[in-house]
Amino acid sequence: MKYAGLLVMPAGFFLTVAALVLFSQPAQRGVFVVCGLVVECLGLVVAVRGHMPARGESRL
Amino acid sequence: MNPAATIPIPASSDAYYGLALVLLLLAPLAIAGLALVNTGLGRSRSAAQAILGNLAVVSVAAIAFALFGAAIAGVLPGTAGGAGHAFHAAGHTWNWIGSGSFLLSGFSSAPVPAQLALLFEMAGVAFAAVIPWGSGADRWRLAAGCAATAIVAGIVCPLMMHWVWGGGWLAALGPDFSLGAGFLDPGGAATVQVVGGLSALALIWLLGPRAGKYPRTGISTAMPGHNAVYVLFGCLLGLVGWLAWNAAGAILWMNAPLAALPIVAVNTVLSAAAALGATLAITRYRFGKPDASLCANGWLAGLVTSSACAAVATPVESIFAGLVAGIITPLLVELLELALSIDDPSGAIAAHAAAGLWGLFAVGFFAPKPGQLIAQLVGIATLLGIVLPLVYLLFALLNRIVPFRVDPDGERMGMDLHELGGGAYPEFVIHRDESYR
Repeated sequence: MKYAGLLVMPAGFFLTVAALVLFSQPAQRGVFVVCGLVVECLGLVVAVRGHMPARGESRL
Repeated sequence: MNPAATIPIPASSDAYYGLALVLLLLAPLAIAGLALVNTGLGRSRSAAQAILGNLAVVSVAAIAFALFGAAIAGVLPGTAGGAGHAFHAAGHTWNWIGSGSFLLSGFSSAPVPAQLALLFEMAGVAFAAVIPWGSGADRWRLAAGCAATAIVAGIVCPLMMHWVWGGGWLAALGPDFSLGAGFLDPGGAATVQVVGGLSALALIWLLGPRAGKYPRTGISTAMPGHNAVYVLFGCLLGLVGWLAWNAAGAILWMNAPLAALPIVAVNTVLSAAAALGATLAITRYRFGKPDASLCANGWLAGLVTSSACAAVATPVESIFAGLVAGIITPLLVELLELALSIDDPSGAIAAHAAAGLWGLFAVGFFAPKPGQLIAQLVGIATLLGIVLPLVYLLFALLNRIVPFRVDPDGERMGMDLHELGGGAYPEFVIHRDESYR
């Protein structure tokens, strides 16, 4: 799951770059860029959850 | 209002470049301050390894940048010219990596601004490399830290620096896509602070928490820093470095004239002060008393935010930016530690990554040109979507060659005894883990 999250994050980045190329209107660009950022945030959440250690894993 | 943008660009002069050089010679004080913070927030049985590690990390970063990082950043003109390598797609040119010279060849004959830019970037990569060192405290091996530093300072930071400062595609968002002045980062909030903070996150994911941090039952174990005086003096030392850092960045990356530099300094102080005030109030409200280490993180978060905003914002806007950073930081530190099980002893993710991202976002509102907010969002998307996965991938590969984490016996013994053979405080009693429970 942690690797899936890390793969989703570049996908969000390419969405923001696509927004620059595909749209010329600032409003459309802005919405699309924000969508890309939301995708990145989802990927970050998945990556964070995937990396959470099980309780007691770090016990001495 | 953008104070740096409303005053005409100065004619270059030796005196002006001399000022920039003096500022750049003071800027490493910020690194010294952060080294003290990193050491103070770790445990006493790892203090000598922590401060030696800061020194080693700075050394490796400088050498890695000189050998190949500067070529990637494209500061000095190389065989293919200083413009960098670009490809054409969708009707636009995408300058993605520098084409500077390796081994700093041609440095002495380069124009003075290029030499100063290289000095700024060299200090910047060292700064970025010190940030994750604090997050790996008490469990990150020195050799692995040095190897990881070569990656951060030799590849990741220079790549971002080329995109932002070296005429790369993020800098070209202004002329190519009519997005304000392109991605703005005059003080290294993105190229230094966020890159360092995200490297810390990737590192913590790979290292895992300190032994005993998250027991099977109950809340996480408190492992307070061993020396609040180091931490808070490091914050004061950091202010001096940050003042020089932001002013030098305004000169080099925004062509700010002398008349615009005092307001950059004022904004830096105001941002840090507002952040400290906010963190003091938040911790006082939540815990009944102000928390020294969280206040230090809040202060640093204000300084990090100023790296993005100081050359672009008004004093009132700087106070606002600092206030938000000071509110976010203690809450995020708590969220990361308690809810997400991310053991970050130095609070680098909150103070450097999150505060830097906030500052870069705020610049989009403060900068006067239309489209600036979108340019800043694209820069933030680059940091989260490219830099974080890239650092994680490189660190994960390196971890297979040079294991990052010390063995359990070494961690129990303390990094000082295990790695250096002697402690930082030989005459003091070193507490056992149980004393923190």
